Amino acid sequence: MRLIYHTGRYFELIVNSFRRPEKFSVYWRQIVFEVDKIGVQSIGIVSLLSLFMGAVICIQTGANIDSGWIPTYTIGFTVRQTLILEFCPTIIPVIMAGKVGSNIASEIGTMRITEQIDALDIMGVNSAGYLILPKIVAAIFIFPFLVAISMFLGVGAGAVIGDLAGVVSYSDFEIGIQYDFRFFQVIYAMLKTVVFAFIITSVSSYHGYYTSGGALEVGKSSTQAVVYSIVLIMVMNLVITQLLLI
Amino acid sequence: MIEVLDLEKSFSGQRVLHDVNAVFEPGKVNFIIGMSGSGKSVLTKCIVGLFEVDKGSVQYDGRDFTKMSRKERKEIRQEIGMLFQGSALFDSLTVAENVMFPLKMFSSMSTREMESRVAFCLKRVQLDGANHKYPSEISGGMQKRVGIARAISMQPKYLFCDEPNSGLDPQTSIVIDNLIREITIEYGITTVVVSHDMNSVIEIGDRINFVNQGTIWWKGGREDILKSNNEYLNNFVYASEFMKQVKKNLGQ
Repeated sequence: MRLIYHTGRYFELIVNSFRRPEKFSVYWRQIVFEVDKIGVQSIGIVSLLSLFMGAVICIQTGANIDSGWIPTYTIGFTVRQTLILEFCPTIIPVIMAGKVGSNIASEIGTMRITEQIDALDIMGVNSAGYLILPKIVAAIFIFPFLVAISMFLGVGAGAVIGDLAGVVSYSDFEIGIQYDFRFFQVIYAMLKTVVFAFIITSVSSYHGYYTSGGALEVGKSSTQAVVYSIVLIMVMNLVITQLLLI
Repeated sequence: MIEVLDLEKSFSGQRVLHDVNAVFEPGKVNFIIGMSGSGKSVLTKCIVGLFEVDKGSVQYDGRDFTKMSRKERKEIRQEIGMLFQGSALFDSLTVAENVMFPLKMFSSMSTREMESRVAFCLKRVQLDGANHKYPSEISGGMQKRVGIARAISMQPKYLFCDEPNSGLDPQTSIVIDNLIREITIEYGITTVVVSHDMNSVIEIGDRINFVNQGTIWWKGGREDILKSNNEYLNNFVYASEFMKQVKKNLGQ
Protein backbone atom coordinates (compact mmCIF):
# COMPACT_ATOMS: atom_id res chain seq x y z
CA MET A 1 0.00 0.00 0.00
CA ARG A 2 2.82 2.38 0.92
CA LEU A 3 4.52 1.68 -2.41
CA ILE A 4 1.33 2.56 -4.30
CA TYR A 5 0.87 5.69 -2.17
CA HIS A 6 4.42 6.92 -2.77
CA THR A 7 4.35 6.04 -6.48
CA GLY A 8 1.09 7.95 -6.94
CA ARG A 9 2.35 10.96 -5.02
CA TYR A 10 5.64 10.89 -6.93
CA PHE A 11 3.90 10.99 -10.32
CA GLU A 12 1.50 13.70 -9.10
CA LEU A 13 4.50 15.82 -8.09
CA ILE A 14 6.22 15.24 -11.43
CA VAL A 15 3.05 16.22 -13.34
CA ASN A 16 2.82 19.40 -11.21
CA SER A 17 6.48 20.14 -11.90
CA PHE A 18 5.87 20.10 -15.62
CA ARG A 19 3.01 22.61 -15.55
CA ARG A 20 3.41 25.77 -17.58
CA PRO A 21 5.95 28.07 -15.85
CA GLU A 22 4.72 31.43 -14.54
CA LYS A 23 7.59 33.24 -16.26
CA PHE A 24 10.00 31.51 -18.66
CA SER A 25 12.81 34.02 -18.07
CA VAL A 26 12.89 33.24 -14.33
CA TYR A 27 12.89 29.49 -14.99
CA TRP A 28 15.59 29.89 -17.63
CA ARG A 29 17.85 31.63 -15.12
CA GLN A 30 17.17 28.84 -12.63
CA ILE A 31 18.11 26.22 -15.23
CA VAL A 32 21.43 27.96 -15.94
CA PHE A 33 22.07 28.18 -12.19
CA GLU A 34 21.32 24.47 -11.75
CA VAL A 35 23.50 23.48 -14.73
CA ASP A 36 26.36 25.16 -12.92
CA LYS A 37 25.51 23.67 -9.53
CA ILE A 38 24.67 20.14 -10.65
CA GLY A 39 27.03 19.79 -13.60
CA VAL A 40 29.92 22.23 -13.74
CA GLN A 41 30.67 21.87 -10.03
CA SER A 42 30.81 18.09 -10.45
CA ILE A 43 33.40 18.05 -13.24
CA GLY A 44 36.25 17.77 -10.74
CA ILE A 45 35.03 14.66 -8.92
CA VAL A 46 33.86 13.01 -12.17
CA SER A 47 37.25 13.64 -13.80
CA LEU A 48 39.21 12.35 -10.83
CA LEU A 49 37.16 9.16 -10.56
CA SER A 50 37.27 8.52 -14.29
CA LEU A 51 41.06 8.93 -14.50
CA PHE A 52 41.69 6.47 -11.68
CA MET A 53 39.04 3.97 -12.77
CA GLY A 54 40.31 3.96 -16.37
CA ALA A 55 43.85 3.36 -15.16
CA VAL A 56 42.84 0.65 -12.68
CA ILE A 57 40.63 -1.21 -15.18
CA CYS A 58 43.54 -1.20 -17.62
CA ILE A 59 46.03 -2.62 -15.11
CA GLN A 60 43.56 -5.20 -13.75
CA THR A 61 42.66 -6.42 -17.23
CA GLY A 62 46.34 -6.67 -18.12
CA ALA A 63 47.05 -8.58 -14.91
CA ASN A 64 44.25 -11.06 -15.62
CA ILE A 65 45.24 -11.87 -19.19
CA ASP A 66 47.76 -14.67 -18.81
CA SER A 67 47.28 -16.53 -22.04
CA GLY A 68 49.57 -15.63 -24.91
CA TRP A 69 46.71 -16.51 -27.23
CA ILE A 70 44.82 -13.41 -26.21
CA PRO A 71 46.12 -10.34 -28.06
CA THR A 72 47.19 -7.41 -25.83
CA TYR A 73 44.90 -5.03 -27.66
CA THR A 74 42.10 -6.85 -25.79
CA ILE A 75 43.08 -4.66 -22.83
CA GLY A 76 42.16 -1.50 -24.74
CA PHE A 77 38.97 -3.15 -25.96
CA THR A 78 38.00 -4.20 -22.42
CA VAL A 79 38.74 -0.78 -20.96
CA ARG A 80 36.61 0.88 -23.63
CA GLN A 81 33.71 -1.53 -23.25
CA THR A 82 33.76 -1.36 -19.45
CA LEU A 83 33.85 2.40 -19.40
CA ILE A 84 31.34 3.09 -22.18
CA LEU A 85 28.84 0.39 -21.28
CA GLU A 86 28.85 0.47 -17.52
CA PHE A 87 31.26 2.62 -15.55
CA CYS A 88 30.60 6.01 -17.14
CA PRO A 89 26.83 5.83 -17.72
CA THR A 90 25.96 3.91 -14.52
CA ILE A 91 28.60 4.25 -11.83
CA ILE A 92 29.12 7.98 -12.45
CA PRO A 93 25.35 8.63 -12.00
CA VAL A 94 25.42 6.46 -8.84
CA ILE A 95 28.17 8.72 -7.49
CA MET A 96 26.20 11.76 -8.64
CA ALA A 97 23.17 10.40 -6.76
CA GLY A 98 25.27 10.65 -3.63
CA LYS A 99 26.59 14.11 -4.38
CA VAL A 100 23.72 15.84 -6.20
CA GLY A 101 20.79 13.76 -4.86
CA SER A 102 21.54 14.38 -1.21
CA ASN A 103 22.11 18.07 -1.96
CA ILE A 104 18.76 18.41 -3.75
CA ALA A 105 16.82 16.54 -1.04
CA SER A 106 18.36 18.51 1.81
CA GLU A 107 17.96 21.85 0.00
CA ILE A 108 14.28 21.31 -0.81
CA GLY A 109 13.66 19.62 2.55
CA THR A 110 15.08 22.60 4.41
CA MET A 111 12.93 24.91 2.29
CA ARG A 112 9.91 22.83 3.29
CA ILE A 113 10.53 22.89 7.04
CA THR A 114 11.38 26.61 7.03
CA GLU A 115 8.08 27.37 5.22
CA GLN A 116 9.84 28.71 2.11
CA ILE A 117 7.77 26.31 -0.04
CA ASP A 118 4.59 27.54 1.65
CA ALA A 119 5.73 31.09 0.88
CA LEU A 120 6.04 30.19 -2.81
CA ASP A 121 2.60 28.53 -2.83
CA ILE A 122 0.92 31.48 -1.14
CA MET A 123 2.48 33.89 -3.63
CA GLY A 124 0.83 31.83 -6.37
CA VAL A 125 4.08 30.30 -7.61
CA ASN A 126 3.93 26.64 -8.60
CA SER A 127 6.52 25.56 -6.02
CA ALA A 128 7.00 22.11 -7.54
CA GLY A 129 7.63 23.62 -10.97
CA TYR A 130 9.91 26.38 -9.75
CA LEU A 131 12.03 24.11 -7.55
CA ILE A 132 12.05 20.81 -9.41
CA LEU A 133 11.68 21.44 -13.15
CA PRO A 134 14.93 23.46 -13.52
CA LYS A 135 16.83 20.71 -11.69
CA ILE A 136 15.44 17.97 -13.94
CA VAL A 137 16.07 19.94 -17.14
CA ALA A 138 19.58 20.94 -16.03
CA ALA A 139 20.54 17.37 -15.09
CA ILE A 140 19.16 15.89 -18.31
CA PHE A 141 21.15 18.47 -20.25
CA ILE A 142 24.46 18.32 -18.37
CA PHE A 143 24.78 14.63 -17.36
CA PRO A 144 25.57 13.42 -20.92
CA PHE A 145 28.43 15.96 -21.07
CA LEU A 146 29.77 14.72 -17.73
CA VAL A 147 29.57 11.12 -18.94
CA ALA A 148 31.29 12.03 -22.22
CA ILE A 149 34.09 13.72 -20.27
CA SER A 150 34.30 10.63 -18.07
CA MET A 151 34.56 8.34 -21.11
CA PHE A 152 37.39 10.34 -22.71
CA LEU A 153 39.35 10.73 -19.48
CA GLY A 154 38.90 7.10 -18.45
CA VAL A 155 40.04 5.70 -21.79
CA GLY A 156 42.86 8.27 -21.94
CA ALA A 157 44.06 7.37 -18.46
CA GLY A 158 43.94 3.67 -19.36
CA ALA A 159 46.11 4.31 -22.43
CA VAL A 160 48.67 6.42 -20.58
CA ILE A 161 48.94 4.27 -17.44
CA GLY A 162 48.88 1.02 -19.47
CA ASP A 163 51.84 2.26 -21.47
CA LEU A 164 53.75 3.67 -18.49
CA ALA A 165 53.18 0.53 -16.41
CA GLY A 166 54.26 -1.71 -19.29
CA VAL A 167 50.87 -3.46 -19.40
CA VAL A 168 50.04 -2.59 -22.98
CA SER A 169 51.72 -0.37 -25.51
CA TYR A 170 49.94 2.75 -26.59
CA SER A 171 49.61 1.49 -30.19
CA ASP A 172 48.07 -1.83 -29.06
CA PHE A 173 45.71 0.00 -26.74
CA GLU A 174 44.67 2.22 -29.66
CA ILE A 175 43.90 -0.82 -31.80
CA GLY A 176 41.83 -2.19 -28.90
CA ILE A 177 39.72 0.88 -28.41
CA GLN A 178 38.96 0.99 -32.16
CA TYR A 179 38.23 -2.73 -32.42
CA ASP A 180 34.58 -3.58 -33.18
CA PHE A 181 33.47 -0.10 -32.16
CA ARG A 182 29.72 0.33 -32.41
CA PHE A 183 28.39 3.86 -32.09
CA PHE A 184 25.06 2.51 -30.90
CA GLN A 185 26.73 1.61 -27.61
CA VAL A 186 27.49 5.29 -27.02
CA ILE A 187 23.85 6.12 -27.78
CA TYR A 188 22.80 3.38 -25.34
CA ALA A 189 25.13 4.87 -22.70
CA MET A 190 23.79 8.38 -23.23
CA LEU A 191 20.20 7.18 -23.11
CA LYS A 192 20.89 5.47 -19.79
CA THR A 193 22.54 8.64 -18.52
CA VAL A 194 19.50 10.76 -19.37
CA VAL A 195 17.15 8.31 -17.63
CA PHE A 196 19.39 8.22 -14.56
CA ALA A 197 19.63 12.03 -14.51
CA PHE A 198 15.84 12.16 -14.41
CA ILE A 199 15.69 9.54 -11.66
CA ILE A 200 18.28 11.26 -9.45
CA THR A 201 16.74 14.73 -9.66
CA SER A 202 13.08 13.71 -9.49
CA VAL A 203 13.42 11.11 -6.71
CA SER A 204 15.62 13.41 -4.62
CA SER A 205 13.23 16.31 -5.16
CA TYR A 206 10.31 14.09 -4.15
CA HIS A 207 11.96 13.14 -0.87
CA GLY A 208 12.89 16.76 -0.15
CA TYR A 209 9.50 18.17 -1.13
CA TYR A 210 7.54 15.95 1.23
CA THR A 211 9.86 16.35 4.20
CA SER A 212 8.05 17.16 7.42
CA GLY A 213 9.46 17.82 10.85
CA GLY A 214 12.91 19.18 11.56
CA ALA A 215 16.60 18.75 10.92
CA LEU A 216 16.46 15.03 11.69
CA GLU A 217 13.84 14.47 8.99
CA VAL A 218 15.85 16.51 6.46
CA GLY A 219 18.79 14.17 7.08
CA LYS A 220 16.49 11.16 6.72
CA SER A 221 15.06 12.50 3.44
CA SER A 222 18.54 13.06 2.15
CA THR A 223 19.56 9.47 2.91
CA GLN A 224 16.34 8.07 1.44
CA ALA A 225 16.84 10.15 -1.70
CA VAL A 226 20.27 8.61 -2.29
CA VAL A 227 19.18 5.05 -1.45
CA TYR A 228 16.03 5.10 -3.61
CA SER A 229 17.84 6.84 -6.48
CA ILE A 230 20.54 4.17 -6.52
CA VAL A 231 18.04 1.31 -6.29
CA LEU A 232 16.01 2.78 -9.16
CA ILE A 233 19.16 3.37 -11.21
CA MET A 234 20.07 -0.30 -10.81
CA VAL A 235 16.59 -1.50 -11.76
CA MET A 236 16.38 0.80 -14.79
CA ASN A 237 19.91 -0.18 -15.79
CA LEU A 238 18.77 -3.77 -16.07
CA VAL A 239 15.57 -2.83 -17.91
CA ILE A 240 17.29 -0.56 -20.44
CA THR A 241 20.13 -3.02 -21.03
CA GLN A 242 17.66 -5.86 -21.59
CA LEU A 243 15.63 -3.73 -23.99
CA LEU A 244 18.45 -2.17 -25.99
CA LEU A 245 21.36 -4.60 -25.99
CA ILE A 246 19.74 -8.03 -26.23
CA MET B 1 -13.06 41.48 3.46
CA ILE B 2 -12.51 37.81 4.15
CA GLU B 3 -15.40 35.68 5.35
CA VAL B 4 -15.11 32.18 6.74
CA LEU B 5 -18.38 30.28 6.68
CA ASP B 6 -19.12 26.99 8.50
CA LEU B 7 -15.60 25.75 7.95
CA GLU B 8 -14.62 22.24 8.93
CA LYS B 9 -11.30 20.43 8.70
CA SER B 10 -10.22 16.98 9.85
CA PHE B 11 -6.95 15.07 9.69
CA SER B 12 -7.08 11.26 9.58
CA GLY B 13 -10.59 11.30 10.99
CA GLN B 14 -9.70 13.69 13.82
CA ARG B 15 -11.76 16.88 13.66
CA VAL B 16 -9.46 19.87 14.10
CA LEU B 17 -11.85 22.66 13.08
CA HIS B 18 -15.65 22.74 13.10
CA ASP B 19 -18.38 25.35 12.67
CA VAL B 20 -15.85 28.14 12.17
CA ASN B 21 -17.50 31.42 11.20
CA ALA B 22 -15.48 34.63 11.11
CA VAL B 23 -15.30 37.94 9.31
CA PHE B 24 -12.00 39.75 8.77
CA GLU B 25 -12.59 43.40 7.97
CA PRO B 26 -10.57 45.59 5.61
CA GLY B 27 -8.42 48.38 7.03
CA LYS B 28 -8.39 46.60 10.39
CA VAL B 29 -5.95 44.34 12.17
CA ASN B 30 -7.91 41.14 12.75
CA PHE B 31 -6.42 38.74 15.27
CA ILE B 32 -6.78 35.00 15.57
CA ILE B 33 -5.65 34.05 19.05
CA GLY B 34 -5.71 30.83 20.97
CA MET B 35 -3.65 28.32 22.85
CA SER B 36 -1.13 26.06 21.16
CA GLY B 37 -2.98 23.22 19.46
CA SER B 38 -6.30 25.08 19.42
CA GLY B 39 -6.42 25.04 15.62
CA LYS B 40 -5.52 28.65 14.76
CA SER B 41 -2.64 27.73 12.45
CA VAL B 42 -4.79 25.13 10.67
CA LEU B 43 -7.51 27.76 10.30
CA THR B 44 -5.05 30.20 8.74
CA LYS B 45 -3.71 27.54 6.39
CA CYS B 46 -7.28 26.73 5.35
CA ILE B 47 -7.97 30.42 4.70
CA VAL B 48 -4.90 30.86 2.48
CA GLY B 49 -5.51 27.54 0.74
CA LEU B 50 -2.51 25.58 1.99
CA PHE B 51 -5.03 23.06 3.34
CA GLU B 52 -8.19 22.05 1.50
CA VAL B 53 -11.28 22.47 3.67
CA ASP B 54 -13.64 19.52 4.24
CA LYS B 55 -16.75 21.67 4.53
CA GLY B 56 -17.71 25.34 4.41
CA SER B 57 -16.19 28.16 2.42
CA VAL B 58 -13.70 31.01 2.49
CA GLN B 59 -14.81 34.15 0.64
CA TYR B 60 -12.39 36.83 -0.49
CA ASP B 61 -14.60 39.87 -1.15
CA GLY B 62 -17.43 37.56 -2.10
CA ARG B 63 -15.25 35.26 -4.23
CA ASP B 64 -15.47 31.69 -2.97
CA PHE B 65 -11.84 30.60 -2.71
CA THR B 66 -12.72 26.99 -1.85
CA LYS B 67 -14.59 26.44 -5.11
CA MET B 68 -12.05 28.08 -7.41
CA SER B 69 -9.96 26.39 -10.09
CA ARG B 70 -6.17 26.29 -9.77
CA LYS B 71 -5.87 29.25 -12.17
CA GLU B 72 -8.44 31.38 -10.33
CA ARG B 73 -6.74 30.64 -7.01
CA LYS B 74 -3.43 31.72 -8.47
CA GLU B 75 -4.95 35.11 -9.31
CA ILE B 76 -6.31 35.55 -5.76
CA ARG B 77 -2.97 34.51 -4.30
CA GLN B 78 -1.29 37.40 -6.05
CA GLU B 79 -3.50 39.62 -3.90
CA ILE B 80 -2.27 37.91 -0.72
CA GLY B 81 0.87 38.81 1.20
CA MET B 82 2.08 36.65 4.03
CA LEU B 83 4.57 37.12 6.82
CA PHE B 84 5.69 33.77 8.22
CA GLN B 85 6.67 32.86 11.75
CA GLY B 86 10.24 32.13 10.69
CA SER B 87 10.14 34.82 7.98
CA ALA B 88 10.54 32.13 5.26
CA LEU B 89 12.94 34.26 3.26
CA PHE B 90 14.75 32.51 0.42
CA ASP B 91 18.25 31.77 1.74
CA SER B 92 19.92 31.91 -1.66
CA LEU B 93 18.59 35.39 -2.47
CA THR B 94 19.66 38.74 -1.05
CA VAL B 95 17.24 40.99 0.82
CA ALA B 96 16.51 43.00 -2.33
CA GLU B 97 16.10 39.84 -4.44
CA ASN B 98 13.68 38.40 -1.88
CA VAL B 99 11.49 41.50 -2.08
CA MET B 100 11.79 41.55 -5.87
CA PHE B 101 10.89 37.86 -6.24
CA PRO B 102 7.07 38.22 -6.50
CA LEU B 103 7.51 41.17 -8.86
CA LYS B 104 9.82 39.16 -11.10
CA MET B 105 7.37 36.29 -11.14
CA PHE B 106 4.12 38.11 -11.75
CA SER B 107 4.54 41.75 -12.73
CA SER B 108 5.27 43.16 -16.13
CA MET B 109 7.49 45.90 -14.65
CA SER B 110 10.84 46.78 -16.14
CA THR B 111 13.96 46.07 -14.05
CA ARG B 112 14.22 49.75 -13.15
CA GLU B 113 10.59 49.86 -12.01
CA MET B 114 11.09 46.72 -9.95
CA GLU B 115 14.22 48.16 -8.32
CA SER B 116 12.35 51.33 -7.51
CA ARG B 117 9.46 49.35 -5.98
CA VAL B 118 11.91 47.25 -3.93
CA ALA B 119 13.64 50.40 -2.68
CA PHE B 120 10.26 51.85 -1.71
CA CYS B 121 9.18 48.71 0.18
CA LEU B 122 12.49 48.41 2.02
CA LYS B 123 12.37 52.09 2.93
CA ARG B 124 8.82 51.60 4.17
CA VAL B 125 10.06 49.00 6.65
CA GLN B 126 13.14 51.11 7.49
CA LEU B 127 15.57 48.67 5.91
CA ASP B 128 16.99 50.62 3.01
CA GLY B 129 20.62 49.83 3.86
CA ALA B 130 20.45 46.05 3.78
CA ASN B 131 19.71 45.41 0.09
CA HIS B 132 22.73 43.25 -0.65
CA LYS B 133 22.78 41.24 2.54
CA TYR B 134 21.62 37.63 2.72
CA PRO B 135 18.92 36.57 5.25
CA SER B 136 21.56 34.75 7.32
CA GLU B 137 23.48 38.03 7.69
CA ILE B 138 20.65 40.01 9.29
CA SER B 139 18.88 39.79 12.66
CA GLY B 140 15.51 38.13 13.32
CA GLY B 141 13.75 41.48 13.55
CA MET B 142 15.26 42.59 10.26
CA GLN B 143 14.20 39.32 8.67
CA LYS B 144 10.62 39.98 9.78
CA ARG B 145 10.79 43.44 8.24
CA VAL B 146 12.11 41.97 4.97
CA GLY B 147 9.21 39.51 5.17
CA ILE B 148 6.79 42.42 5.48
CA ALA B 149 8.49 44.23 2.58
CA ARG B 150 8.16 41.11 0.43
CA ALA B 151 4.53 40.68 1.49
CA ILE B 152 3.61 44.23 0.46
CA SER B 153 5.71 44.38 -2.73
CA MET B 154 2.76 43.30 -4.89
CA GLN B 155 0.43 45.76 -3.12
CA PRO B 156 -1.74 43.02 -1.60
CA LYS B 157 -5.37 43.35 -0.61
CA TYR B 158 -4.97 40.76 2.14
CA LEU B 159 -2.07 40.40 4.56
CA PHE B 160 -1.55 37.36 6.79
CA CYS B 161 0.96 37.40 9.63
CA ASP B 162 1.75 34.15 11.38
CA GLU B 163 3.19 34.78 14.85
CA PRO B 164 4.93 38.00 13.73
CA ASN B 165 6.59 38.54 17.11
CA SER B 166 7.85 35.07 17.89
CA GLY B 167 11.51 35.12 18.85
CA LEU B 168 11.69 38.91 19.01
CA ASP B 169 12.50 41.14 21.95
CA PRO B 170 9.67 43.39 23.28
CA GLN B 171 11.02 46.54 21.64
CA THR B 172 11.40 44.95 18.21
CA SER B 173 7.97 43.33 18.65
CA ILE B 174 6.42 46.76 19.07
CA VAL B 175 8.23 48.00 15.94
CA ILE B 176 6.82 45.06 13.95
CA ASP B 177 3.35 45.52 15.45
CA ASN B 178 3.29 49.21 14.60
CA LEU B 179 4.50 48.47 11.09
CA ILE B 180 1.68 45.97 10.57
CA ARG B 181 -0.86 48.46 11.85
CA GLU B 182 0.49 51.37 9.77
CA ILE B 183 0.54 49.30 6.59
CA THR B 184 -2.99 48.01 7.24
CA ILE B 185 -4.39 51.52 7.64
CA GLU B 186 -2.23 53.07 4.89
CA TYR B 187 -3.27 50.61 2.18
CA GLY B 188 -6.68 49.59 3.56
CA ILE B 189 -5.57 45.96 3.64
CA THR B 190 -7.49 43.17 5.32
CA THR B 191 -4.90 42.02 7.82
CA VAL B 192 -5.13 38.74 9.71
CA VAL B 193 -2.62 38.18 12.50
CA VAL B 194 -2.24 34.79 14.14
CA SER B 195 -0.70 35.17 17.55
CA HIS B 196 -0.78 34.26 21.20
CA ASP B 197 1.09 37.37 22.22
CA MET B 198 -1.36 39.37 24.32
CA ASN B 199 0.83 42.48 24.15
CA SER B 200 0.34 42.57 20.37
CA VAL B 201 -3.38 41.99 20.72
CA ILE B 202 -3.77 44.89 23.14
CA GLU B 203 -1.35 47.04 21.12
CA ILE B 204 -2.82 46.74 17.61
CA GLY B 205 -5.78 44.34 17.59
CA ASP B 206 -8.96 45.82 16.14
CA ARG B 207 -11.03 42.65 15.88
CA ILE B 208 -10.13 39.56 17.88
CA ASN B 209 -11.18 35.96 17.28
CA PHE B 210 -10.41 33.51 20.07
CA VAL B 211 -10.07 29.95 18.82
CA ASN B 212 -10.65 27.18 21.31
CA GLN B 213 -11.32 23.47 20.77
CA GLY B 214 -11.37 23.91 17.01
CA THR B 215 -13.91 26.68 16.75
CA ILE B 216 -14.26 30.43 17.26
CA TRP B 217 -15.11 30.58 20.95
CA TRP B 218 -15.27 34.32 21.32
CA LYS B 219 -15.00 37.41 19.11
CA GLY B 220 -14.89 41.08 19.88
CA GLY B 221 -12.83 44.26 20.08
CA ARG B 222 -9.67 45.11 21.98
CA GLU B 223 -11.59 46.74 24.83
CA ASP B 224 -14.10 43.88 25.12
CA ILE B 225 -11.43 41.23 25.58
CA LEU B 226 -10.35 42.64 28.94
CA LYS B 227 -13.91 42.80 30.24
CA SER B 228 -15.13 39.46 28.95
CA ASN B 229 -16.67 36.91 31.30
CA ASN B 230 -15.77 34.00 29.05
CA GLU B 231 -13.91 31.54 31.25
CA TYR B 232 -11.68 30.00 28.58
CA LEU B 233 -10.82 33.41 27.18
CA ASN B 234 -9.98 34.77 30.62
CA ASN B 235 -7.78 31.75 31.36
CA PHE B 236 -5.91 32.51 28.14
CA VAL B 237 -5.74 36.29 28.44
CA TYR B 238 -4.86 36.45 32.11
CA ALA B 239 -2.39 33.58 32.14
CA SER B 240 0.61 35.79 32.87
CA GLU B 241 1.29 37.68 36.11
CA PHE B 242 1.51 40.89 34.11
CA MET B 243 -2.00 40.45 32.69
CA LYS B 244 -3.32 39.43 36.11
CA GLN B 245 -2.00 42.76 37.37
CA VAL B 246 -3.71 44.53 34.46
CA LYS B 247 -6.98 42.82 35.45
CA LYS B 248 -6.51 43.86 39.05
CA ASN B 249 -5.93 47.47 38.02
CA LEU B 250 -8.96 47.35 35.74
CA GLY B 251 -11.02 46.12 38.67
CA GLN B 252 -9.86 49.02 40.76
